[in-house]
Amino acid sequence: MPKFAAAARSALADTGLRRNLRGGIAAAREREAAAAAELGGWDDLREAGRAIRDAALLDLDAHLEELERAVTEAGGTVHWAADAAEACEIVTGLVRAAGADEVVKASSATTREIGLTAALARAGVTARETALADLAVQLGDDEPSHLLSPALHRDRAEIRELFRRTMPAAGPDLTDDPAGLAAAVRVHLRERFLRARVAVTGANFLVAETGTLVVLESEGNARMCLTLPGTLISVAGIDKVVPTWADMEVFLQLLPRSSSGDRMTPYVATSTGVTAGDGPRAFHLVLLDNGRTRALADEVGRTALRCIRCSACMNVCPVYERAGGRAYGPVYPGPIGAILTPQLRGVDSAADASLPYASTLCGACADVCPVKIDIPDVLVHLRGTVVESRRRRPVPPPELMLMRGLAWTMGDPRRYETALRRGTRWARLLSRGGRIRRLPGLLGKWTEARDLPAPPSESFRAWWTRRRP
Amino acid sequence: MRVALSVACFDDALFPGTGKAVTVLLERLGHEVAYPPGQTCCGQIHWTTGYHREAADLARAYTAAFEGCEVVVAPSASCAATVRDGYPRIARTARDPGLARAAEGLAVYELTEFLVDVLGVTDVGAYFPHRVTYHPSCQSARTLGVADRPLRLLRAVRGLDLVELPAAGECCGFGGAFAMKNSDVSVAMVADKVRHVRDTGADVVCAVDNSCLAHIGGALSRLRGGVRTMHLAEILAETGPA
Ligand code: SF4
Repeated sequence: MPKFAAAARSALADTGLRRNLRGGIAAAREREAAAAAELGGWDDLREAGRAIRDAALLDLDAHLEELERAVTEAGGTVHWAADAAEACEIVTGLVRAAGADEVVKASSATTREIGLTAALARAGVTARETALADLAVQLGDDEPSHLLSPALHRDRAEIRELFRRTMPAAGPDLTDDPAGLAAAVRVHLRERFLRARVAVTGANFLVAETGTLVVLESEGNARMCLTLPGTLISVAGIDKVVPTWADMEVFLQLLPRSSSGDRMTPYVATSTGVTAGDGPRAFHLVLLDNGRTRALADEVGRTALRCIRCSACMNVCPVYERAGGRAYGPVYPGPIGAILTPQLRGVDSAADASLPYASTLCGACADVCPVKIDIPDVLVHLRGTVVESRRRRPVPPPELMLMRGLAWTMGDPRRYETALRRGTRWARLLSRGGRIRRLPGLLGKWTEARDLPAPPSESFRAWWTRRRP
Repeated sequence: MRVALSVACFDDALFPGTGKAVTVLLERLGHEVAYPPGQTCCGQIHWTTGYHREAADLARAYTAAFEGCEVVVAPSASCAATVRDGYPRIARTARDPGLARAAEGLAVYELTEFLVDVLGVTDVGAYFPHRVTYHPSCQSARTLGVADRPLRLLRAVRGLDLVELPAAGECCGFGGAFAMKNSDVSVAMVADKVRHVRDTGADVVCAVDNSCLAHIGGALSRLRGGVRTMHLAEILAETGPA
């Protein structure tokens, strides 16, 4: 995976992506703002959401034990996965045990996080996406660009062309209106749903007291996954637990309004264990850690685990709007990705270490986050983690030397004044007509596309001293 | 009132006119301005770039330089935000409760907060016969929440034709080190900001942060955009021909 800046550069040059993203998130932004404004006391609701998530994370081990007990009592089986590889191994084993070489899949960011589809393919199992956007990404051999609308970078005409090419049943008369596309997908999937023996889903929430899986979706395909195949495997992060049903009152208001701008998501499915003669005969819940325990140990970083994956933060993010989701790497896009991915994967690779810097800290995300994650605070905190890891290198990187030198200079008014005088003289030499058009070294990035005014010969400090000796 | 002026290092070197304008303005309003000589930099650059140990050292030096001042006025929203919102976090990271207490002891105001809330004035007697638009920088609008204070001050300026900036709340793409580390995205953002500024037909775009103005102005200058950037204080200091 390339560093954010490099990946963003190619996205910036993709005019179709820019147009589709701009249009898509502008519409989402408006719907979400209206849905939040229409409800009185939105901020109180956000505060309640924050408090519930924080309390749940504080006693996570107890809630997880309760969840395991409840799932087991309801006839399900809980599996614990320490990391992505373990989770994939567990799921692959379960699919094999069910004697299947094909699974139907509901849209799930967590299965994307662990790279499940590729892992299943390596084991000879085909995973078929059933959500329209995920299916479009899969059929187009593409990469997702948005948490909830993975094909946001494609417009409807492109998706129609793709479906015409890849779905024989769609026929040449397929139009690009949403209903027509959805109908084509339904025909394409029907037979697959009926023959599938195993379904894989994620979960929006896990209610600890009853062991219930809560899944929100707009198309009805996840509900088919939850009810039709004989074996249901759900993969969820350990952070998805909420203690009680009563808590859902808050999240079933916050999540739809923040994600799709709906008052209520068209389909809210809840599924508890197994019931004779109804739904799956076997239910497996794979609970994934994959760095979450480590994040939990960080008092600032852990607030990212409050996230309910609504995607409101990316819909308002000016950086995401231009760089697209793929620049954030394969895990989570947008501001939440910039604070979650480096915690889940660590900051050892240059790409992961670049994510906390993929923000201007403008704060638009924190304004809308339904569980009040102070995203800029976490970004700055993680930048600190990145810098601390660089301090441990045997040879200090140039930026570290520069920043240390700058701090040393600024640490004393006399040193600062001397540097100010020298810097001014140097910068004035570089200027023409009051402007600097080209700067050397790290600052050269600034003058790629922006001028810098030449510093006046007299600093404020010098003016002050001259005026009042 | 005796006002301690906090001048950002960036402004000291590149935009000395802002500190001068604040001095002129506050003296005109009948206040005494002091410039504590021990000040250098608030530590913002180090803090937001992740150099938290260095930021803590600079924060300690800043609080020492302004210790005992009745009020501190900073004509830079991002510096005021660093001291008020950032220092408690810097202290948390450095596990330095002494720094947290010292920061709490400072009464730091961004200029428009000081004028409107502390002095209770919106008409500062300025005259500026130009078409002006206002860019609400993210640190002023979101972190400090200065809301419409700058606009109320601008509306009271005689001769000034205030025009609304479309998509005003969107970040200009500066973001400190972001402008260098992610210069491509940063430039894509400022391109849209510049387009909106030019759409207003204004002669001047103003803000309460010279850093954002350097970014917007740098792009305008490169493109020969024909719009000037000015710190709000420099407009408020103007009285025109006597
Ligand atoms: S961080 Fe907040 S706004 Fe972003 S996806 Fe998570 S809950 Fe939604």
